[in-house]
Amino acid sequence: MPHRTFFWFIIPSLTAMILFIAFPVISVITQSLHVEHEKVLISSESCGPFGCKQVTVIDVEATAQLRTDQPLGQFSGFDNYTNRNHLAFDEISLAWSNSENMSMFFNKLLNLPFYKALAFTLTYTFVVTPFVIVLGLAIALGVNALPKFAKGPTIFVSLLPMIVTPLIGSLILFWMIDGDGVIGASIQSLFNDPSLSLKASPALTWMMLIVYGIWHSAPFSFIVFYAGLQTVPTDTLEAATIDGANRWQRIRYVVVPYMKPLVVFITLMQLMDNFRVLEPIVSFASEASATSLSWIIYKDLTSDTQLFGSAAATSMLTIVGVAILLLPVLFRTWRDFSRTAH
Amino acid sequence: MSNPAQRRSTSLAIISTGFVVLWIMVAAPPFLWTLWGSFKVQGDFFSKADWTNALYGVRTMIETGDFFTTNGYYGAWVEHGFGESVINTTIVVVSTVIISLTLGTLGGYALARSGFKYSFWILMLALVFRAMPHITLVSGYFLPFFEWNIWGYLPTSIIVLVAINQPFTLWMLHSFFLNIPKDLDESAMVDGCTRFQAFRHVIIPVMWPGVVTTGLFSFLLAYNDFAVTASLLSQENQTMIPKIASFLGTTQVEGNVMFAVAAVVSAMIPLFILVMFFQRQIVSGLTAGAVKG
Repeated sequence: MPHRTFFWFIIPSLTAMILFIAFPVISVITQSLHVEHEKVLISSESCGPFGCKQVTVIDVEATAQLRTDQPLGQFSGFDNYTNRNHLAFDEISLAWSNSENMSMFFNKLLNLPFYKALAFTLTYTFVVTPFVIVLGLAIALGVNALPKFAKGPTIFVSLLPMIVTPLIGSLILFWMIDGDGVIGASIQSLFNDPSLSLKASPALTWMMLIVYGIWHSAPFSFIVFYAGLQTVPTDTLEAATIDGANRWQRIRYVVVPYMKPLVVFITLMQLMDNFRVLEPIVSFASEASATSLSWIIYKDLTSDTQLFGSAAATSMLTIVGVAILLLPVLFRTWRDFSRTAH
Repeated sequence: MSNPAQRRSTSLAIISTGFVVLWIMVAAPPFLWTLWGSFKVQGDFFSKADWTNALYGVRTMIETGDFFTTNGYYGAWVEHGFGESVINTTIVVVSTVIISLTLGTLGGYALARSGFKYSFWILMLALVFRAMPHITLVSGYFLPFFEWNIWGYLPTSIIVLVAINQPFTLWMLHSFFLNIPKDLDESAMVDGCTRFQAFRHVIIPVMWPGVVTTGLFSFLLAYNDFAVTASLLSQENQTMIPKIASFLGTTQVEGNVMFAVAAVVSAMIPLFILVMFFQRQIVSGLTAGAVKG
């Protein structure tokens, strides 16, 4: 295909991506270096019958004027990145010097909003992803062994947790584990402890969010593995059986190597998707015990005083996080591609 | 399963079937439970006394005189105007799917047919874009959209969703077009068609399975989106998902959680119907990317 034709075919799609994905990133970078204007204050002396005193009032008109003239706010360099709500260097060094031991330090660290969110986001990503892969493979092996008539309905049911809107899926789970919901109430009566609440304890909230994540994503890896299993050659499996391999050995040494590229694919997708976890935190209203990077951006953007500078700084840090997370996988893909290309 | 060595391990077969049954017990019941419970009153669905009340509708019987009540649905659809957000969702989803497929088929076709190195880099760029958390992009939209006065309207959200959809759409359609033999359009061009005519008359008639599958995923992405629609739509233009999210706050205060439950069930039903009819396409779509690597 000549360059010109290629250009005309790709241009609409490329324009959309550049305008609404690449430019926003530039806009985020600019915003992250600015901070909202301070309110314009006027101090005047007001004199009454009992003497004069200094009065400070907010000049509403001038403040509004300043904000429309320079909607970006004022330039603040890297302040947005280093302040208490983000990387919080000052607070960390203070906590470091004031803490007697590591656990005290970590306690203080995890009280800082950014690190609290980062801790949960990373835990969620790195717990959910391996669980999803192992569980998905197990379900795929199980479904593969089912009689033919049962496969269709099983796949239908299995797709549901993945296909359903994340906000809705997590809400459904949240209502069930509510103190008065079916699972929550059953657990209370099981442990005979009416005050037991899955929502009150941070550890249990983290666990429930992770359980939701696995429930939501396991179908994806199941389907990918299930399709992969159909491509494993039966000859190799039979040869392994004749050589005396038992079922476990056949899975370990024949099936799993065939699944390896699929594992890379699922890991890549899962790392991307789990790192952006947002909806379950909104549904579970879990901000007291668990927040995520996406959630703190969302909160900055939708609260009454929208903090664009702060949201942009967190966004940049999140993008850097995604990049670090995906670099090994992307590097691998690139290496494989250049190997096959030559 | 005629192989005797495979047949021997009945205990393993029982374990693996048991495992699948266990998984089904985890996957499906939450939906059935919520569907059933949405026709009860709050005192049953969130029963302090006994969870079986939700099954038998004890309080529902006392409060409404019937085992089933549609009060939740009445509250959501009539009192809280859930219907409007359903219309908004329909507009957003249909437009997003149509526009993303139009842009995506053109781009995906070009990427599949061009052997140049830059087409690989465009695909890599798309993958990088795919990795961006949506909310980080959304934080870049606010100020420009406020400046241009286009914040809060449906078309803005549609175009944003189309753009966010593009990386995925391009990848998927690219791999579908790779499966259509090159000879098909190239022989048309030998016969005197231009590239676009070959695309129009030869490729379009055979590309529909791939387009339907990709369309399904675009549909799901637009329908399930929360980050974009919740932050870029004004109160009166809200689609279903942000509407449900805002229900959470208000209904909790009013003690009308059942409105939210009914809204959730209403939003979930179309998805189930979709899976029922397009299960095969969804499965093939999920694996298309994986098999190609």
